Amino acid sequence: MAAGVATWLPFARAAAVGWLPLAKKTMPKPPVDKKSRNDEILFVNVSGLRFQTWKNTLDRYPDTLLGSSEKEFFYNEDTQEYFFDRDPEMFRHILNFYRTGKLHYPRQECIQAFDEELAFYGIVPDIIGDCCMEEYRDRKKENQERLAEDTEAENATDTPLPPHSTSRERLWRAFENPHTSTMALVFYYVTGFFIAVSVIANVVETVPCRPPKGSKKDLPCGEKYTLAFFCMDTACVLIFTFEYLMRLFAAPSRCKFMRSVMSVIDVVAIMPYYIGLVMPENEDVSGAFVTLRVFRVFRIFKFSRHSQGLRILGYTLKSCASELGFLLFSLTMAIIIFATVMFYAEKGTKGTNFTSIPASFWYTIVTMTTLGYGDMVPNTIAGKIFGSICSLSGVLVIALPVPVIVSNFSRIYHQNQRADKMRAQQKVRLARIRLAKKGTTNAFLQYKEEGGFQGRGSDNALCLKNRSSFEHQHHHLLHCLEKTTNHEFTDELTFSEMCMTESVGYRTSRSTSISSQQGVATSCCPRRAKRRAIRLANSTVSVSRGSVQELDTLQVHKTSAGPQSSRSSLNARTEDLKLNCEDRDFTAAIISIPTPPANTPDESLPPSPAIPGILRNSRPTSFTHETVKISSL
Amino acid sequence: MSGCARCCKHGLMKFALSVGKLVRGTLIKDNLDDDLELSVVCHRPEGLEQLEAQTNFSKKELQVLYRGFKNECPSGAVNEETFKQIYSQFFPHGDASTYAHYLFNSFDSSQNGSIKFEDFVTALSILLRGTTTEKLEWTFNLYDINRDGYINKEEMTNIVKAIYDMMGRFTYPALKTDTPKQHVDAFFQKMDKNRDGVVTLDEFILSCQEDENIMRSLQLFENVI
Repeated sequence: MAAGVATWLPFARAAAVGWLPLAKKTMPKPPVDKKSRNDEILFVNVSGLRFQTWKNTLDRYPDTLLGSSEKEFFYNEDTQEYFFDRDPEMFRHILNFYRTGKLHYPRQECIQAFDEELAFYGIVPDIIGDCCMEEYRDRKKENQERLAEDTEAENATDTPLPPHSTSRERLWRAFENPHTSTMALVFYYVTGFFIAVSVIANVVETVPCRPPKGSKKDLPCGEKYTLAFFCMDTACVLIFTFEYLMRLFAAPSRCKFMRSVMSVIDVVAIMPYYIGLVMPENEDVSGAFVTLRVFRVFRIFKFSRHSQGLRILGYTLKSCASELGFLLFSLTMAIIIFATVMFYAEKGTKGTNFTSIPASFWYTIVTMTTLGYGDMVPNTIAGKIFGSICSLSGVLVIALPVPVIVSNFSRIYHQNQRADKMRAQQKVRLARIRLAKKGTTNAFLQYKEEGGFQGRGSDNALCLKNRSSFEHQHHHLLHCLEKTTNHEFTDELTFSEMCMTESVGYRTSRSTSISSQQGVATSCCPRRAKRRAIRLANSTVSVSRGSVQELDTLQVHKTSAGPQSSRSSLNARTEDLKLNCEDRDFTAAIISIPTPPANTPDESLPPSPAIPGILRNSRPTSFTHETVKISSL
Repeated sequence: MSGCARCCKHGLMKFALSVGKLVRGTLIKDNLDDDLELSVVCHRPEGLEQLEAQTNFSKKELQVLYRGFKNECPSGAVNEETFKQIYSQFFPHGDASTYAHYLFNSFDSSQNGSIKFEDFVTALSILLRGTTTEKLEWTFNLYDINRDGYINKEEMTNIVKAIYDMMGRFTYPALKTDTPKQHVDAFFQKMDKNRDGVVTLDEFILSCQEDENIMRSLQLFENVI
């Protein structure tokens, strides 16, 4: 029942008095209304902006946050108001919904922010009023498309291959993304070159060359230098065939590949040659053979693998298929109408060109598209009148679908531009984030080294004071885990060194290990022995209590002041960031990863982009540790 | 014949006018303008003090009532269609439109096709805060569809049918076709004292006052607001 009807309920109940004299039985007792019926004004404080409204207004929608008892959780006894720590600008719209019953979508707001606010207040987006629903839906669709593109771009091309891909997968990848390897790039350019050569050869062989001695007639070059052209053609076809077979072999799904447009074009491009080889040199079929040679021109479409612009044009035409279809249909209708009219108008004239209606089709088309060759001209007055109407209407009918096609093309083109730009920016972004995450939460290991476990008595206790209570508790937690599993946290370098030294036969007394999700085996490494620049691979702490999985990726990055090496290029910025024990000021970083990290030794960026980052610079330290942290809480 | 000629002339005039509009480019615009002018009509109730004097509600109650009313009908008046829709929402099982029609007529004291806030509040005041006599009078006016001072069998049958319509088809026990008629007969048996086939206001009030059930039920709805 609509909330507004609640206002009329007392009225409907009162009108029930009209039934009383007719009643056969006694009326039931009415429900006792416990809560006070006095309407009161509620104060709602949203991030400092105070709103006041009648309680009744909020009660109109009892299945939302503000209309139900859920708002009591936000009640502040001291100030006698409901306090929400949310966006005050958005709240205005939410409150208007209660007041007017219609939810409006503010055009200048981000669609995701709006959705989040709605979700918080328990309002279903479906009740957005008709006035704003279209805009809301469009923006939402656009946003989802963009997100889909982004995730696609992330997952796509430039991610490194999984280590155990077959040669077939690698080959396919090389074909699809020529940038990944040099060989692929070379092959890409070679095929491009040969496509060009083939097309040019096709064109040139019809140009008239000087006739050979003793003959007057000009010969097309193709017939003069038959052998040369044949060799060139053979070479091109060999390359194309080889490429097609390679693609067919490498394709993950051969059926799907064979049905794809590019494969069809490939086949059509090389078939004429083979058919020509097979076909005998006899007069009857050579006509058909000549027709087949026309198909060689389709090789030019192979360029669309090389040119993104061509692909975009193709997509545009595909997406405008309905408009184009409509154009064609309306043109056909108009052509038939005008051709008929012109035919009958010109029927009487002697020696007229308009011999039949299909003959008039040519005139109509030429006139409607404003070509006006002038090979067919009306002579009668009626014919001229209808001819002019025909040309005027032609201009209109053709102009109509053009803007649609243009706007589609522009949209797709810009989308593509965006995708390319995004890919470039993504690389830079990833590098920066990686850098920032490096050396985060070595806090725990620092903590251990400074003897945090030994209690306050040690020298380094001073350094510990600057940590927040949060950090203390967090470290305590990690320590508990270490004790539970009887393993200790360490960093990647140490771990990899352990592996190496193990193989050399060098063991130390302490065994350390990385507890990771994969359950990597223990290895030996002294805890404080080595400090070199390494990256810790997914050392994760699964807090298995509770349903929330917060996986802390501890990543360590320590460099010494020496000629340290491998990370220096990436750490160029952090050269100046050093820690000092005295004024340590870093906070632990917990990066909540909603999904389990991949089992790769690489640092994988967590899929969710919601990592707020606060970089804190720290000052020089005696160890010359570089710690750049993200604190995300 | 002359009528035909006049008709043709009229048609020709209209055609000429529309060609003129076509030329001037104003062909479709006129209809919109007409529609816009009708919708903005506003009613305002009399002052709060007056209403307080006329009805049995306190100021606060009137304020609450008006706020709800104004929110639903910003223009200040309810027409019959809207009223039927609203009332039907309370009785989704059956068809409440007939009864809503009778109800609307009884609320619309000025019989002009719309209920203003004063009508609304006056009727509520009678139903919720009025004396039993007032309530019974109001009910009598509801039943007396043609406002002639008498309730005859036909009017009563209409009312009862309308009430049974609100029940819908799926009832237990199932509704039979003569259930309304039986109900009306029972009613007249009780109310029509002098057996003249119609019930007057006095007969009605008297009979109701004799019935304990009715008297008691009349008190039930006092705390609705």
